[in-house]
Amino acid sequence: MNEPQLTPLPLLLVFIPLASAVMTPLLARIHRSLAALTAQVVTAVSFVLACVLLDRVAEVGRVVYWLGNWEPPFGIEYSVDMLNGIVLVLVSFIGVVVSVFARESVASEIDEEKHPFFYAMFLLLFTGSMGIVVTGDIFNLYVFVEISSLSGYTLIAMGRNREALTASYNYLILGTIGATFILLGIGHLYMMTGTLNMADLAKLLPPLYKSRVILTAFALFTVGLSIKLALFPLHVWMPNAYTHAPSAVSSLLAATGTKVAAYVLLRVMFTVFHPNFDLNVIPVTRILLVLASIAILAGSMLAIAQTNLKRMLAYSSVGQIGYIVLGAMLVNRTGMTGALVHIVNHALMKGTLFLAAGAIVYKTGVETVEGLKGMGRKMPVTMAAFTVAALSMVGVPLTVGFVSKWYLALGALDAGMWYLLVVILASSGLNAIYFWRVVDWIYFARPSKELESVPAGEVPWSMLVPTIVTAGLCILLGVQADLPVSLAEQAAGLLVGGAH
Amino acid sequence: MDELILGKYNYWVYVALMMIGFYAVIAKPNLIKKIIGVNIFQTAVFLFYISIGKVEGGTAPIVWDQAVHYDNPIPHVLILTAIVVSVSTTAVAFALIIKIKERFGTIEEDQIRDLRRTPTGEET
Amino acid sequence: MDITSTTPVLAIGVSLVAAILIPLSRRRPNLRETWTILAAVIKFLLVASMAPEVLRGNTLSFSLWTIAPGLSIAFRVDALAEVFGLTASFLWIVTSFYSIGYVRAENEHAQTRYFTFFAVALSATLGAAFSANMLTTFVFYEILTLSTFPLVGHKQTTEALQGARKYLTYLLGTSLTFLMAALVLTYHEAGTLEFGPEGVFGGNVSRTVVTVAFVLFILGVAKAAMMPLHGWLPAAMVAPTPVSALLHAVAVVKTGVFVVVRVVVHLFGIEVLSQAGLGTLLVWYASFTIIVASLIALRQDNLKRRLAYSTVSQLSYIVLGAALLTPSGITGSVLHIAIHAFGKITLFFGAGAIYVATHKTLVSELDGIGRRMPFTMGAFTLATLSMIGVPPLAGLVSKWYLVQGAIEADTWPVLLVLGTSTLLNAGYFLPIVYRAFFVAPTRSAGGREEAGIHEAPVLMVTSLCVTATGVVLLFFAPSIFLDLARLVVGALPGGAG
Repeated sequence: MNEPQLTPLPLLLVFIPLASAVMTPLLARIHRSLAALTAQVVTAVSFVLACVLLDRVAEVGRVVYWLGNWEPPFGIEYSVDMLNGIVLVLVSFIGVVVSVFARESVASEIDEEKHPFFYAMFLLLFTGSMGIVVTGDIFNLYVFVEISSLSGYTLIAMGRNREALTASYNYLILGTIGATFILLGIGHLYMMTGTLNMADLAKLLPPLYKSRVILTAFALFTVGLSIKLALFPLHVWMPNAYTHAPSAVSSLLAATGTKVAAYVLLRVMFTVFHPNFDLNVIPVTRILLVLASIAILAGSMLAIAQTNLKRMLAYSSVGQIGYIVLGAMLVNRTGMTGALVHIVNHALMKGTLFLAAGAIVYKTGVETVEGLKGMGRKMPVTMAAFTVAALSMVGVPLTVGFVSKWYLALGALDAGMWYLLVVILASSGLNAIYFWRVVDWIYFARPSKELESVPAGEVPWSMLVPTIVTAGLCILLGVQADLPVSLAEQAAGLLVGGAH
Repeated sequence: MDELILGKYNYWVYVALMMIGFYAVIAKPNLIKKIIGVNIFQTAVFLFYISIGKVEGGTAPIVWDQAVHYDNPIPHVLILTAIVVSVSTTAVAFALIIKIKERFGTIEEDQIRDLRRTPTGEET
Repeated sequence: MDITSTTPVLAIGVSLVAAILIPLSRRRPNLRETWTILAAVIKFLLVASMAPEVLRGNTLSFSLWTIAPGLSIAFRVDALAEVFGLTASFLWIVTSFYSIGYVRAENEHAQTRYFTFFAVALSATLGAAFSANMLTTFVFYEILTLSTFPLVGHKQTTEALQGARKYLTYLLGTSLTFLMAALVLTYHEAGTLEFGPEGVFGGNVSRTVVTVAFVLFILGVAKAAMMPLHGWLPAAMVAPTPVSALLHAVAVVKTGVFVVVRVVVHLFGIEVLSQAGLGTLLVWYASFTIIVASLIALRQDNLKRRLAYSTVSQLSYIVLGAALLTPSGITGSVLHIAIHAFGKITLFFGAGAIYVATHKTLVSELDGIGRRMPFTMGAFTLATLSMIGVPPLAGLVSKWYLVQGAIEADTWPVLLVLGTSTLLNAGYFLPIVYRAFFVAPTRSAGGREEAGIHEAPVLMVTSLCVTATGVVLLFFAPSIFLDLARLVVGALPGGAG
């Protein structure tokens, strides 16, 4: 691999959103609508930059930027390879989609005087997420994790019900403990190696693998990240947070929050520490495989029992995160490809579902699963998008969900763990239960009296188009999966090397 | 044995503080006390960082012409950042608590849980 | 020799085009119905146009695109595909006329939705028929389930919706779990999913893997209605009768057994299966269904349900034939795909005609109906005799080959199974015929008591007469299907069994 290329692109991806986050309240004083507009423009620009960056990475392999021109390992380095290149494109894309959606959605869910601050926090969350993904310095990672978490807490608390406040508070407590564990883990690593640069750590750690300090550091990282990742059993903050947050926030968090956390887990486990450590020194892969399997099954089963639509989707996410972790913990090329592909695919599927849920709330105020009865006639396009995403979650071929499941299943077989195949496919069946029930009610049940009185008709374009776009991608990338699969395979190669 | 306890007393202190903080978070129903618990938890971590940066015979890492050795400045720098993060978190938490008091009328966790259960009757 | 041709794709696509035109013409029923008929006729002509090439021993193929490495959507029309394709497309023409008659006579609601999904379902059926690999089959299999779901639940009564949900649960539940597992396992072991005369597995394949994969395939293809995964079929009887006729003769169930035959002959291959002893396993599994389903059929009073269980039983004939792993067995199996289709569709058409003309659904109500509806019951009788296997009806031809197949495979117990089920068939079919013609109608209080002939609408009666004629014709001139069936066997390596 040739020398990594120096370019300021990674910095721009963090700096532009950060600067505009600060400027948004000021801009809003000039004209109210500038707040939303700023968010949309900035995310769009970031998306374009992220694509350019990915393209560059595909050519040269790795792209870096040295903050303040200080050389690593003393300076802070931003480093982008195929893995975070993909995630950057994903996060910025979701950012654009949600910010377009947010204009009307937020207008109906949050008081007007708070809008500028909403968008400021939105952009801060975006900054934090991009920063997490782009940085090559482990303490810098902690800082961005906290930036995104704090703005996340604030955004969640802006939900309509008072439960949003308690949900945010509980998330704050749990999230801060998790982040503090991460901080502690960083400290232990620093203590033994004297460096904070990820690439440097990767070089210095192997001789230290048996050291108890390093093992503690790893454990701290894993637990802290598992909280952020909402990996069972540390997922308890998620259902409340996703249910009570404003719709745009749920959509953004569901599609990006956990994906970014998954990225960090992969980075720590496979780049900073090597696969060898995860398999041989402590059998963390086996432990996480068990937890992931439980997450997959428990998430699906809990989802079946839910009456609130968003809460059902949240528990479904707990299961889906299990898929990602499962694929990664197989530590083979196919499984890792499946995990990475699922990071993208789940973002698209869950994004569509939450956007549709938000549209439903906007138009009809319905928040329960039962309230969806007969909705197919009232909001046909939105419900069609919802159905497409639901079919994808279940794993019907020609949707992205099938592609993820295919690679995950093959990965499980490659690793010789056929029982995981049972887990994956059993959960498909469970998913079918709660998703098909919803689709069935949407199209074949009589609407309730309250719903009858609501006139049929869709939400405004700015909300409809994002939903259609993500749903469309669920099919498009399910029918022609070459691009995501090949990118994911390259990234998987970086993480686990050749075939296991 | 001596070496283990006295020699590494900084670690014992930070672990004890961490556990006190953690206990407060879990056991105290008052929301503010929980935050104080989180703060103690975080402070323990700060202490840990600073303590590992101590160099024997070193002075504070501020340029001083009579210094021979300095303590490692990096942990200090990192902790400055972390303290800022901690303060921000506490600020957000307090804002939330004020709002919770407004909307729920109480900041005791068990009372809030009862209130949450009543409107829809659902356990959240 | 393999020829590249777009005809398979066109044949599949023509009803998709119709599916777009139908909703657009929703306000003009006659125009709307024309699309269906036109699509059906063109589809049949396209499929038939491929027959000459296929009869020469060639195959027509076309690759659409690749989803991801190892996953491609491609079509290849060989003899087996052509048999199914011809049956399905021809019977759709007839069913369409019948549908129009039924739907208008009953003044059904949501007719546009009905015809649209019908068209899509036929595309999916042909898509599954013409698949060149198991993935393509899987894709179209699922599309078929989803597109027939609105048809099953069409009446939208609580009962209809419950039946539709059961339908979906069985079909999606098994396919997304077992069938998917089978696919992944096979791909992982073999590296490919392409159908071929020798199957996908190379020489040393583990017997455990083959067995597990095979079992998963059989469990996963619930559309073949093998017990105990047959429950969706009687439940689906809540659908309007043309839909039941479609499900039971043409689309869904035949796709199911077609997939089983494909898997047996072209995915696993005769060699692999007989070495692993899986042929015998399947033979016994199929025999079980054949007998038990017939026994249950005996006890059904509801006509459609009796026909449903008869179908469950007859489908396993097809599976049995293939499972014998002998030339005659496979020939009989392939023939029965077509012959059972013609016979069963006539029976369902008859049931529908009876319902439309008299609103009767129970066998016990059918006394003397032969006098009121002679054409319908005449056709019904012919189809019944074919099911039992009486000459000069076509049913004898496929049964003959199945018997030959059993003899070739040296499994005398199977002959017993075939004989017993024939008797059982007679047991549940002949009483209907007897009651219809030889028992005087009971005078029901307040019922219609006009004397004379009161048949169902013309379109319906004509349709069932056409299919009944087919049942007779195929006895005397089965060559089109017989030759294709022979080709299926001929393309296999060496002799079988």
